[in-house]
Amino acid sequence: MFVAWRDLRFARGRFVLIGTVVALITLLVGFLSGLTGGLAAQNISGVLSLPADQLVFATPSSKGADEASFSDSNVTEKQATTWAVADGVVSANPIGVSQTKAESPESSTAIAIFGVVADFDDTAPSGDGKVGLSEDAATGLDVTTGDTITIAGTDYTVEKVSGNWWYNHTPVVQMTLDDWQGYSATTGNPDAYATAIAVTGDADWDAINADADTLSNSVLLSLTAVSSFRSEIGSLLLMVAMLFGISALVIGAFFTVWTMQRKADIAMLKALGASTSSLVRDALGQALIVLLIGVGIGIGVTALLGALMGDALPFILSPFTTLLPGVVMIVLGLAGAAFALRSVTTADPLTALGSTR
Amino acid sequence: MITLDNVTLTFPDGEGRVTAVDHVTLSARPGTVTGITGPSGSGKSSLLAVAATLIHPDSGRVMIDDVDAAQLSAPEATELRRDSIGIVFQQSNLLPSLTALEQLAVMNELGAPHSRGKRAEVAAHARELLDAVGLADQAHKRPHQLSGGQRQRINIARALMNDPKVLLVDEPTSALDQERGASIIELILRLTDERNTSTLLVTHDLVHLPRMHAVVNMVDGALESVRGEVRGEVPVAL
Repeated sequence: MFVAWRDLRFARGRFVLIGTVVALITLLVGFLSGLTGGLAAQNISGVLSLPADQLVFATPSSKGADEASFSDSNVTEKQATTWAVADGVVSANPIGVSQTKAESPESSTAIAIFGVVADFDDTAPSGDGKVGLSEDAATGLDVTTGDTITIAGTDYTVEKVSGNWWYNHTPVVQMTLDDWQGYSATTGNPDAYATAIAVTGDADWDAINADADTLSNSVLLSLTAVSSFRSEIGSLLLMVAMLFGISALVIGAFFTVWTMQRKADIAMLKALGASTSSLVRDALGQALIVLLIGVGIGIGVTALLGALMGDALPFILSPFTTLLPGVVMIVLGLAGAAFALRSVTTADPLTALGSTR
Repeated sequence: MITLDNVTLTFPDGEGRVTAVDHVTLSARPGTVTGITGPSGSGKSSLLAVAATLIHPDSGRVMIDDVDAAQLSAPEATELRRDSIGIVFQQSNLLPSLTALEQLAVMNELGAPHSRGKRAEVAAHARELLDAVGLADQAHKRPHQLSGGQRQRINIARALMNDPKVLLVDEPTSALDQERGASIIELILRLTDERNTSTLLVTHDLVHLPRMHAVVNMVDGALESVRGEVRGEVPVAL
């Protein structure tokens, strides 16, 4: 690293430039990762919070469709019973899922309704006419426990405010399954029993699915049943992946040009007795320093701006959205810099004799 | 001591091969400078490249003390160059990012084991060599801040950093005027004597030849004429 450090000091303009590019790409990746995480949380955190080993959906009614969908699924009572009595199933709780608007005397907001059985989880209401609100729903409606809200013309008492769960970009409000069925009836779906079944246990899922004519998946795989999730997250992750690729390309191109310019120096050092491994260490160490500083600055600015942004955007600031992309940037940047090593390994020390530099 | 014994080197040339060094036998003893001269294309630089282990000869031996450098693998040759051979390039070939002192200290950073622990000792040795070439007060300057003659002096000091047994010098005065060239030759003669190196010096500049301990003239890759000059111990040019 003797020469690498001194090159960094001597050609600081060039290295500041590439470091700034790395920092800006890291900032972009960090922002996109944070936004991806934030949007994902607003899309599926309500589903992820469901206490279940498998989520069961009705088989798709659309012709040709073979994947479960919250918007299309309509589970019958018979199917729920089949699951409840199946071997290995510990619990099978039907859940109704809808999106609508809730009103309070002070405000109104779009919400997602989860119709659940009593004691389904910490937010589940204890009886009909009561609701459990996630914190953002309570904030949006400006209500607290004991207040009354109106959903589709029916008044409900706020029994609980806890958790911060979202479904399809609307905060979750839990009511009893009976109330949800009543809501469905008033909104033109009188025969609705439930949207899905949250199942716990360790059973032969395929056999029960075949018996009940249903589809089931783990909670994680069921996230694709939220219609907007796949396209939204897919687009954002594609952008992040492309930025990673651009980062590797930019770093690789910079160090390729830089190393080619230094090829005569490298040949001379080899003629003096430098081992190829020490020159490779020098080159990669130099790239690592640039990457660490650039990525470090990028992550720092991302964290600062993310903290300043507050709730203005659905942005999640966590090691998963900052450090992880940073580590990936460094690894890919080093891979890009490794392409430049050909100039190091192929530099011929013989060219140092009689060269006219 | 370095001995080239019946060395032949050829290069591909179309469908045949051209002979760059033709059965050359040459020996230089410690503390002496052997001048190698000859017209352009006569094989002087090729001979120096073989002596520097930068290229394997087709046949013959290159003995540096008791080691036949012609038989070494590439990593072994690299280690031999680092430890036992000093090379003074035609152009100074200094690294633009390093100061004069660091140009010398870099010789400790070429991949040899345990180099980190020697840095203080190396820095002191570098200062001593800079002083020996008359540049003690230029230690902090980079190449673009130095004259051609000063850069060449650093080139020479760098070649001596690892106390080599053999010093190989490639046309050190080609980019310098007569006066600076003479002082560089004087410096090489003095340091060869002080540091007891076996020095081979390639030059076009005939004016300096009388000062060498021995002179060989190359034509078409072969030694055509040989002159051994008595100055202290007589070097042997066979």
